[in-house]
Amino acid sequence: MLYREAGQFKTDYTADMAVFPILQDRIGIAVILVIAAVIIPVFGNAFLLQAVMIPFLVFSLGSIGLNLLTGYTGLLSLGTGAFMGVGAYACYKLTTYFPGVNILIWILVSGFFSAAVGVVFGLPSLRIKGFYLAVATLAAQFFLSWLFIRQPWFYNYNVSGAIEVPTRTLFGIPVTGATASEMTRYFVVLGFVVVLTWLASNLVHGRIGRMWMAVRDMDLAAELIGIRLLRTKLLAFAVSSFYCGVAGALMVFIWYGSAEPAVFDVNLSFLILFMVIIGGLGSLTGSFYGAALIYILPIVLRYIPPKLGIPIQSAMVEHIQHMVVGALIVFFLIVEPAGLARLWQIGKQKLRVWPFPY
Amino acid sequence: MDLLYKVFIDPFVQMGTAPDLLVQTLWDGLVAGVLYSLIALGFVLIFKASGVFNFAQGIMVVFAALTLVGLHEHGIPAYLALAITIAVMFGLAVGVERLMLRPLVNQPDIILFMATFGLTYFLIGFGELVFGGDPKVMIASQLGLPKGAIDIKFAGGFVSLQKIDIAATIIASLMVASLALFFQKTRIGRALRAVADSHKAALSVGISLEQIWVIVWFAAGLVALATGIMWGARSEVSFALEIIALKALPVLILGGFTSVPGAIVGGVIIGVGEKLGEFYWGPLLGSGIETWLAYVIALVFLLFRPQGLFGEKIIERI
Repeated sequence: MLYREAGQFKTDYTADMAVFPILQDRIGIAVILVIAAVIIPVFGNAFLLQAVMIPFLVFSLGSIGLNLLTGYTGLLSLGTGAFMGVGAYACYKLTTYFPGVNILIWILVSGFFSAAVGVVFGLPSLRIKGFYLAVATLAAQFFLSWLFIRQPWFYNYNVSGAIEVPTRTLFGIPVTGATASEMTRYFVVLGFVVVLTWLASNLVHGRIGRMWMAVRDMDLAAELIGIRLLRTKLLAFAVSSFYCGVAGALMVFIWYGSAEPAVFDVNLSFLILFMVIIGGLGSLTGSFYGAALIYILPIVLRYIPPKLGIPIQSAMVEHIQHMVVGALIVFFLIVEPAGLARLWQIGKQKLRVWPFPY
Repeated sequence: MDLLYKVFIDPFVQMGTAPDLLVQTLWDGLVAGVLYSLIALGFVLIFKASGVFNFAQGIMVVFAALTLVGLHEHGIPAYLALAITIAVMFGLAVGVERLMLRPLVNQPDIILFMATFGLTYFLIGFGELVFGGDPKVMIASQLGLPKGAIDIKFAGGFVSLQKIDIAATIIASLMVASLALFFQKTRIGRALRAVADSHKAALSVGISLEQIWVIVWFAAGLVALATGIMWGARSEVSFALEIIALKALPVLILGGFTSVPGAIVGGVIIGVGEKLGEFYWGPLLGSGIETWLAYVIALVFLLFRPQGLFGEKIIERI
């Protein structure tokens, strides 16, 4: 009853092509934005912001990046972690060489470094396909991880081998470093995620997105209808790596505060891939659902048993958490292989005809 | 000029002046390669029969080895423990088929790939819960595996061969030979090949997919057990071993996903290439290039043969 498009007439093509054609959807997204921008900062505590929301948003951005490549263009990549690392290290080098320039600009610029690296490692994608390509991108993952560990130039010859985020300010308010408050950092991340998601949404609804999807569905056929494969695939690699790079820079500068190369190892790549697949391949909102499920679920699992008064050792919790996450992944894949985004689609359809069954 | 000399001439001069070191490096590479190909073999078995890219092969290696050692720690004699472990791997195969593969039949490859990730997580948690996360010592001598080394005099130096490595190579070769025979000569092997060709056609001539899947997962479990014993005897049994699954991936793409001989040849190429590269060219780049060299070797091969050395030719139709 509440959610239906009856009576909402579209009188021109722009309205028909709109991302949110239904009024209820527009209200919904506005409500989500208000919750994210007002209610969570006002009512949330430092723990919620630092340990839940900031990582969730960072992972969402990374998932969107990988989703553009894997979900929209159909190129399976296991190098996400390394591309995030490129963003983080580029940002670190830039801000230590040019401390005068605003850090937010450097976070964006580091995305371009990541994009360039992504293009280089995307070159084989023209010849190599499917799982073969996935393993080829692992070459990027291991090579870049090795660079970050073995080449001291990347971490400015620190003794520890880790990168420490310096304090940088925006209008006199510290944004990064130890003195920055959770609130400021949350808003920075939120700003980046909202703007970049909006951009991604426009990309995938436009000509470029259609090209990507044509390549995903069948690259040979796409080539025959006049899509230049190399350019399209490399563009997908570039844009995807750009998003991952920004996510990586945000991860270190806004979330962790300092990072060792081990952060960007192959497990991070797998984690992001989980989020994309559980959330839904080829769905931007799915990236958010996936990030929420995969990141927040273990936190919940960790805090539920003590709340219920079940005495349990922390080591055991971790083991059980592994088991539960693994079992849940299989469970979700069985229930809905197209991801959580598809569940929401089904739910919407149910809402549309409610209270009637069909 | 100096750099060019160091890259293109100096390593070969070293090889010429110290042939015993070269042979030692080649031997080490060969052994590592054989062990990589054992893991790759597990991948190939499952991929051939069900099209599933089984990421859990690495953790299956750890899980099998842990079960074996864990049982022995509880006072069960080594050979009995071995038998029980084989039974456990069979149970795992049945469980995976029932709970994971059957509901996911006919899904896209990437979904099945993801599901094996879920299995990996589950087995990590389960293994740690039951056996604890501490590294364990493989019961190599109890299982009758030889220890110690043989030193061979060679070209003015010594080449030292670990007996366990020789045993590993022999066992791996036996295993590959028997698998090849099994695939080519037996009734079940023929059914497996039929399933690999086409699920639908196999079903229509009355081959039970469920049975076949249990069999291949069990075979992969046995390969995992053998791999676990060999790797465990060389170092120790811990969850760090899971990483070697990632090492097997370049072997796999080099040989081609669907080829048993490819897994062997790929393993040897990667193993030898990796050790030679690390020993002779590694110091130039700051050591540790072993971690990515295998992938780069595989990538270079792939650029020329996108389906791997022995993979079936990829034919695309519209």
